[in-house]
Amino acid sequence: MSDAPIFDVSGLVRRYGSKVVLAGIDFKLGRRECLTIVGRSGVGKSVTLRLLIGLEQPTSGSILFDGQEIVGLSETSLQPIRRRVAMLFQGGALFDSMNVFDNLAFPFREHRMAGEKELPARIEELLAKVGLPGIERKTPADLSGGMRKRVALARALALEPEVLLFDEPTTGLDPMTSASIGKLILDTRTETGCATLVVTHDITLARRISDRMAFLHEGRFTFLGTFAEADRSDDPLLGDFLAGREESLHDA
Amino acid sequence: MRLALLTVRFLEQAGALALLGGRALARLARPPFELQAWLKQMDQIGVRSLGVAGITTVFTGMVLALQTAYSLPGLGVKYYIGTVVSKSLVRELAPVLVALIVGGRIGAGMTAELGTMKVTEQIDALRSMAADPVKKLVVPKLAATLVMLPILTLIGNLLGVLGGLLIGIYELGLTAAFYWNDALSALTISDVGSGIGKSVFFAFFITTVACHNGLTASGGADGVGRATTNTVVVASILVLVSDFFLTKIFYLVG
Repeated sequence: MSDAPIFDVSGLVRRYGSKVVLAGIDFKLGRRECLTIVGRSGVGKSVTLRLLIGLEQPTSGSILFDGQEIVGLSETSLQPIRRRVAMLFQGGALFDSMNVFDNLAFPFREHRMAGEKELPARIEELLAKVGLPGIERKTPADLSGGMRKRVALARALALEPEVLLFDEPTTGLDPMTSASIGKLILDTRTETGCATLVVTHDITLARRISDRMAFLHEGRFTFLGTFAEADRSDDPLLGDFLAGREESLHDA
Repeated sequence: MRLALLTVRFLEQAGALALLGGRALARLARPPFELQAWLKQMDQIGVRSLGVAGITTVFTGMVLALQTAYSLPGLGVKYYIGTVVSKSLVRELAPVLVALIVGGRIGAGMTAELGTMKVTEQIDALRSMAADPVKKLVVPKLAATLVMLPILTLIGNLLGVLGGLLIGIYELGLTAAFYWNDALSALTISDVGSGIGKSVFFAFFITTVACHNGLTASGGADGVGRATTNTVVVASILVLVSDFFLTKIFYLVG
């Protein structure tokens, strides 16, 4: 395996009409790295993730995945890349017309990775990994928010991805459940060696899991580095964000 | 300026609909065929619409018989009730009314289902797992509607003519044999064929509009509600307007 970054993003711009959400961001994601993008709500963190797997197209810029340009690719050409990069959506995005078993069976069936006979064992193993054994017959509506995210993680792991993208993994969860999701992300990384990109405004989580952190503000990364460097940074806005203070007069 | 903008938006929508319809048809013809998903949709779309399609056509047949007999008294029209009911039902009323009523029901259901999946990111999740939403979600609905709407129309034809029979016997004093004989001898293969042919087109229009609205819904529950209303309105208008042109075409070809 080469040491080149798995994602190499440069000059990424995304506009909606006249509204500029991303004004040009650059970053690289190493093959076993965990990078966290933090920032206030609505600054375009989730959009960044969506661009990385082509769910949306950027206005301009370049995204290299494993050396291959993916900007402008068609849905069909994106499919091989999407098999290698799994995304965890904010609400879990489990198919609510199916029970947990069928949700987890979906990627196996879709890509013919396992026969129907092997499925129960594979799914049992996935559910055990996320600490929820024996809930195959439940429907997403029966599950709590935290459980739904765990099942979604299990579903994302089914394709044995090289990169995991997490969109706000702890939003709407109590601190204890958030902590357990944090541990799960760490364990998953250790076990699978996936590169991980997490978008969050949960600083506690970010400190715990990330190698590096990027601070997204007004469409740009105003900081990109380790937390140790962030703590020494003299950017007042970043300081406020890390300390959880309300915005002081720095903007004025 | 406003008119130009409206025209552009209309053309955009029409283009998007044509694109989705074309894609769905192309994928419908290409294996793998997910028969289980198709059957499930056929049950949901067809079998569960039987009641509403039946009630609509039985009563239409009854009203048609009554109305014809009462509005032209003294001309002996009641002896042609079978012809009037069967011709107008089979060629025109059953396909259109079934498409309107059943289309409203299933179209709204499709948009609400796909729209909810869209706003809760389930469609994105599907795409992110390298699956094709058109193949997974639209094709089973299209296949089921293309099969079930014509079948419902056929059943509607039969029930509508039966409705006319009830009025013929109990209100107009005809014998069942006389009515049946009249109704069936008036019908030609091309009458039945054109009615069923129309319903195939209606099925395609309803499914395309409903799925397009669902897949492009945005803005939470409110957005899904708006998309669903839009489906019922647009699908109904499309059925009525296209019916005019299809009638013209089917009369030309036989």
